[in-house]
Amino acid sequence: MSVLTFLKPRGSGSVARERLQLILAHERAETGRPDLVITLREEILAVIAKHVEVERDKVQITLERGEGVSTLGVDIEFPVSALPAKKRARA
Amino acid sequence: MAKVLCVTSGKGGVGKTTTTAALGAALAQAGEKVCVVDFDVGLRNLDLIMGAERRVVYDLINVTNGDAKLPQALIRDKRLENLSLLPASQTRDKDALTDEGVERVMGELREKFDWIVCDSPAGIERGAQLAMRHADVAVVVTNPEVSSVRDSDRIIGLLDSKTVRAERGDEIEKHLILSRFDPARADRGDMLKVDDVLEILSIPLLAIIPESLEVLRASNVGCPVTLNNPLCAPSRAYIDAVRRLKGETVPMAIPTDRKSLINKLFTRRAA
Repeated sequence: MSVLTFLKPRGSGSVARERLQLILAHERAETGRPDLVITLREEILAVIAKHVEVERDKVQITLERGEGVSTLGVDIEFPVSALPAKKRARA
Repeated sequence: MAKVLCVTSGKGGVGKTTTTAALGAALAQAGEKVCVVDFDVGLRNLDLIMGAERRVVYDLINVTNGDAKLPQALIRDKRLENLSLLPASQTRDKDALTDEGVERVMGELREKFDWIVCDSPAGIERGAQLAMRHADVAVVVTNPEVSSVRDSDRIIGLLDSKTVRAERGDEIEKHLILSRFDPARADRGDMLKVDDVLEILSIPLLAIIPESLEVLRASNVGCPVTLNNPLCAPSRAYIDAVRRLKGETVPMAIPTDRKSLINKLFTRRAA
């Protein structure tokens, strides 16, 4: 076991988990099985698209299931230029 | 009431046949009348794992086609009198199985046995769909590894749409067996965690089968692991699984084979 093992923030297992969550959410949607994360993603995207232009792959939605509480993480990245002119002027 | 249990996975090589033999034998050891059925037409292996390869005369295809009667094709286990095997054909292919033939044979098996444990072929095509078609209970065998989990997800989708129960609008009981689990790798964070797999597939856990030499040893000698060495870690996990299938509440554990401290240090370093 090397010192590097301790410095590494996490094992490859968690990478596997994230990749699987993402691909399975897409595949479930394709095969017509409702998936909560995909549904939330689509609806959140639709709401945001009404006001700002965002690229689809700049929206990350993650669902962490805990013992008592689950957390929904929404991470949206958009360029300043995507914000409406009025708001930019005020800021 | 007889129960039809299908052992399935999508991906090959994850431990379906081992699990079919182990669960079948453990159910029989618990006093149930059991038949294990090999649906892997053309690539049969359950006969070899059960140690009955030299006793096969007629097979599933012969019975579904009406060339042989069910009792002629059933092979009674030499170790457990309440355990039988219905082997698959080695020479025909999966298209030789007809929907009507399978339905009739499953009906006949339900009259003779308490549990019918079906070993599914790998894949998601016709052979796998026929194996799960009449199931009341499905055991999805998954390894803690990305491709296996993805394929299991597809299989769960099929269980919810292509089985007789699903088509009737009834719930099909689904359980997960996480096999070839390596606690040392999981501790290091290099393996999908049990909770990760459960969260992704969202079906209840039936057992965690640790990676073990005992599984290989049992297959070498042609004996279900639960019969060959009932006290080893994988056998204890399978025996607990059977108790859960029969409705008992058994606390979940990852059984391990006891090792001396030196031995433990060695294997950890080598792994």
